[in-house]
This record gives sequence, structure tokens and C-alpha cells, in this order.
Amino acid sequence: MMQPKYIEIQHVAQTFKTKKGFFQALRDINLTVAKGEFVTLIGHSGCGKSTLLNLIAGLTMPTDGTLICANREIAGPGPERAVVFQNHSLLPWLSCFENVYLGVERVFGTRNPGTPVDSKAQLKARTEAALALVGLSAAAHKRPGEISGGMKQRVGIARALAMEPKVLLMDEPFGALDALTRAKLQDELLEIVSRTQSTVVMVTHDVDEAVLLSDKIVMMTNGPAATIGETLPVNLPRPRSRVELADSAQYLFYRKAVIDFLYTRQAHVEKAA
Amino acid sequence: MVSAVFHSPLSAAAESPFLVATPASEAAVKKEAPLATPTSTHSAARAPESTAPVSPGYDWSGLLLRLLPPVLGMALLIGAWALVSAVTKGSIPSPRETLQQAITIFSDPFYRKGPNDQGVGWNVLMSLERVALGFGLAAAVGIPLGFLIGRFEFLSRMCQPIISLLRPVSPLAWLPIGLLVFKGANPAAIWTIFICSIWPMVINTAVGVQRVPQDYLNVARVLNLSEWKIVTRILFPSVLPYMLTGVRLAVGTAWLVIVAAEMLTGGVGIGFWVWDEWNNLNVKNIIIAIVVIGTVGLLLEYALIRIATAFTFEEVKA
Repeated sequence: MMQPKYIEIQHVAQTFKTKKGFFQALRDINLTVAKGEFVTLIGHSGCGKSTLLNLIAGLTMPTDGTLICANREIAGPGPERAVVFQNHSLLPWLSCFENVYLGVERVFGTRNPGTPVDSKAQLKARTEAALALVGLSAAAHKRPGEISGGMKQRVGIARALAMEPKVLLMDEPFGALDALTRAKLQDELLEIVSRTQSTVVMVTHDVDEAVLLSDKIVMMTNGPAATIGETLPVNLPRPRSRVELADSAQYLFYRKAVIDFLYTRQAHVEKAA
Repeated sequence: MVSAVFHSPLSAAAESPFLVATPASEAAVKKEAPLATPTSTHSAARAPESTAPVSPGYDWSGLLLRLLPPVLGMALLIGAWALVSAVTKGSIPSPRETLQQAITIFSDPFYRKGPNDQGVGWNVLMSLERVALGFGLAAAVGIPLGFLIGRFEFLSRMCQPIISLLRPVSPLAWLPIGLLVFKGANPAAIWTIFICSIWPMVINTAVGVQRVPQDYLNVARVLNLSEWKIVTRILFPSVLPYMLTGVRLAVGTAWLVIVAAEMLTGGVGIGFWVWDEWNNLNVKNIIIAIVVIGTVGLLLEYALIRIATAFTFEEVKA
């Protein structure tokens, strides 16, 4: 790996101001992500996984600590850190093509220092290529309301990838899908990521998903004031196939390690409230 | 503020399957309308009689079940009217007489015999012109104002007490102010329309802006969209259904108010016509006027619902 510290998170804490007073969501988060690495954040709900992802995205600012991406401090959201949202967040009044084009146009169609401006035809070609990458060329001119949940999520991924981001951030991208669709999209994602060599940070609550996709699994303790409990490097050879891994001893070992962390050491305690 | 979206001044009209107020439900109404009228018990009871040997291909029994209830309803109304007419010994004219009178009136709707005697067509057009003017001005002021109120919390809190205080005021209470300020009946009527139709547009637009999903705004931030793109691609399309609901409520209110306003201001107009015919004790014409007012109101409402449906997109489901 060329840059072992592509994303660097140092002593980050996040406190929210609520009506009942201050609520500390995250404390003392330290994490590095290498270029081209696939990292998943896993933990029980309410452990601040999405909060951490939003911090990396720049959608929220930390109350303490620093976040660095590609040697620059993260000061706000930007297309170099594309987000695939949990509920896909496609604009329902635009076609799939237009949804992807919106981001492409902003990144490659406007004057940015150092990059030449693409022509209309080039922008269209980029958009079409991104839709082809997720296998949705045929549905390009449909509106999000006319396609299935899995297809919508694919458009969300295409929108993110089309901007050629430095980092792809995914917030439980497959959480709302049925198991079969989810498996299919996971396989596609594996294939796409190996082709594009993307750096990915993904939030999930699915143990199998984490082991199958990750180079590194970041396991978080229960909230409030959650932090990173353990980091587990996954040294399974790539390309990975879910069928072959199903009875691989190594795979089962990693799976057991995550389950052990989640259900034995961080057994979820229901709050009295 | 929120509840205002769902409160239609035409609450009676809301019972009809065509006239439901919320933007979200309009798309659904469009699909469900043909099925909504016959209840399941109806179809169960009638099925054996009507379906027996019908040619396959067209669902005649379905059509019958759809047409029968409204026709029955109208027949009931006209029956009740005829009964009232008979009981009052003709001081309320019978449906037959009124129909004959209507035929003579509608055979020449655009005549002019002096300022106080013009055809029903002119009266309706004059009223519509006033509504269009007052409503147009209200839209020009109310929609931008709603955007601002929705966008800026401070402005919202500032305008909240003013709107809460002025909105429940009967529009006709504004008429004397209009007469005083504008020194004329026509501008005063337009002023009254303006003041009564501005509130639904302000409130609905503001609520629409406040309810733009945070997800869409996050998308805008991640894509780093320009301010212009945010307004045209995200804010405006997501506010549009709310805005159109406001417009629809405003037009409905304006049409309710113009009749009353014209009764007081005089001139040419459908409201004035009703009052004039009352002074002439021509009850047949009054009944015709009521039907005309109702029909025009229905058409306005229907046209705006069609527009709103065309611009309402399916809400994003998780």
C-alpha cells in the first residue's frame, strides 16, 4: 500500500447539544485508513458508526480532534469524499441519468484549478459509463420511483463512483434490501472496488458483509461515548467468493471474532429509558 | 402551521374522492379514484343482477357501479328540490321551470343592455377576472414570502404572530379598508381576494421549504452544488407540491369570497348578479347562479388538481 495514512483520524470526539443537555456520541477515536483499503465500521445501533462516517464526509464537524484526508484537514463535505446514503437519497424528480449527471457536471463540468473542463459529450459519456458499471444502462431514463430498491441503491453507488472520489463513504448501503439483493450488490461492489481500487469506508451491522468485503473491520463499543473497541485486519485472499468462503476456516475465524466482540463483550444493554 | 396544509376551506368538497388536499395523497388519488366509489358490499350485492351475460372485454358492470351512485345522488338532490318547491307552493321554483329559464339564459350569455343588465357569461368572466387579479397579486407576494419564511427561522418567528392574527379574519372584514384606501368598488374587491388568498400560499410554501428532506440537502452538500442548482434542482421541485396545494386552497377561497364581495360592491359579476336577481325576486336566476358558481369552482379545483398531480413525485421510500 502506497499511503498507509490516507485518512487519519486523531483523538476525535463528538458531542451533540440536545434538549436534555449534552450528549457525547463519540470519544477518543483514532483510526487510519490506507489508500485502496476497504474498511468497515461495525457495532450495535446507536454506537455512533454513522456519526463517525458523517465526520469523515464532512457533513458534521467534530467537537474535538482532527480528521485528515490526503494530507488535508477535512473542513466540509466535498465530491472527493462521495457518500452513498443509507436510503439512497436520489432526487425523485430527476431520471437516474440526471441524478448521476448532477454530480458529474459539478466535478468535471465546472472550472476547478488543475483539471480541464469536460465537454458535454464527455460528461454524458462519464455518466453512461458509471451507470454501465452498476449494470443500469437500460434504466437510465427511468425515474427513481419506477425502479426497485436494489436498483435505486445501485444508482446511488453510480452517482458516487462517477465523481471519481478519492474515498467512497457508504452508510449501511444495503441495509434496506432483502438478503438476496444484498448479496448480489455485495458481489458487484467487490468487483467494482477491485477494478477501481477505491478507498472505501462502509458502515454496516451485518457481520458477514463486514468479513466478506473488508481489509479491516473496526468494531465499536456501545454508546453513549462510544469509541473503537478493536480493529481486526482481514487477511483473506482476493478475489473473494462467498461460496468458497462459506466453509473456509479463516473466514469462520474472522466471523467468530466479530460475533464474539459484538455479542459477548459488547452485549447490547437496553437502556432503562 | 403544519396543520394548515391539510385544512381546506372546502372541507365539504373533501369528501369527494376527487378532492383530497394533501400533495402526497394526490398521486394515490389519481390511481384509486375509479375504484373508490363502489364499496365492496355494493358490488357483492349487485354482482348477480348486473354481471350475468355481459360481453367480455369491457367491464360494463364496473362502469355502472361507478356511475350509479353519483347519478343517484343528483337525482336525490333534484327530488328534494322538487319536493320543497311543491310544499312551498312555487315560491321556490320547480326544477322544470328553472331548467327552462336556464335554457333561455344560456342561449344568449353575452348580451349587454346597460351596466346592470348583462349576460351571465359577462358576469362570470368579470368575477374570474377579479379573482385572477387578486389571486395573481397574492401569488406574486405570497410565494416568495413563503420561501423566505421557510428558509429563515428568524423571519418565520417574526411573521408567525401576524399570520396567526390575520388569517382567521373573515375576508369581508377587509372590504371597508379596501374601499377606504382604493376609493373604488373594483379595486376593493380585488384587495379582498388578495388578502384572503395570500395566507394559504404563504403557509404552504413555508411548510414545504421547511420540509425539504435533510437527505436531499446533504446530497447537495456532498456534491457541492452551486446555489442556483440547489434552488432549481432541489428546493423548487420539492416545494412545488406544497406550493400547488397552497395555490389550490387559495383559488378555492378566492372563488368563495368573490361572490360575497361582489354582493357588497355591486358592478358586474356573478355575486352582484345573485343580489340583483334577489332584488328582482327572480329566484330561478338565483338557483341558476348557484349552479354556475358551483360548476366554475369545481372546474377551477379540478384543473389545479391535475396540475398538482403532474408535479407530485413519489416520495422516496427507504
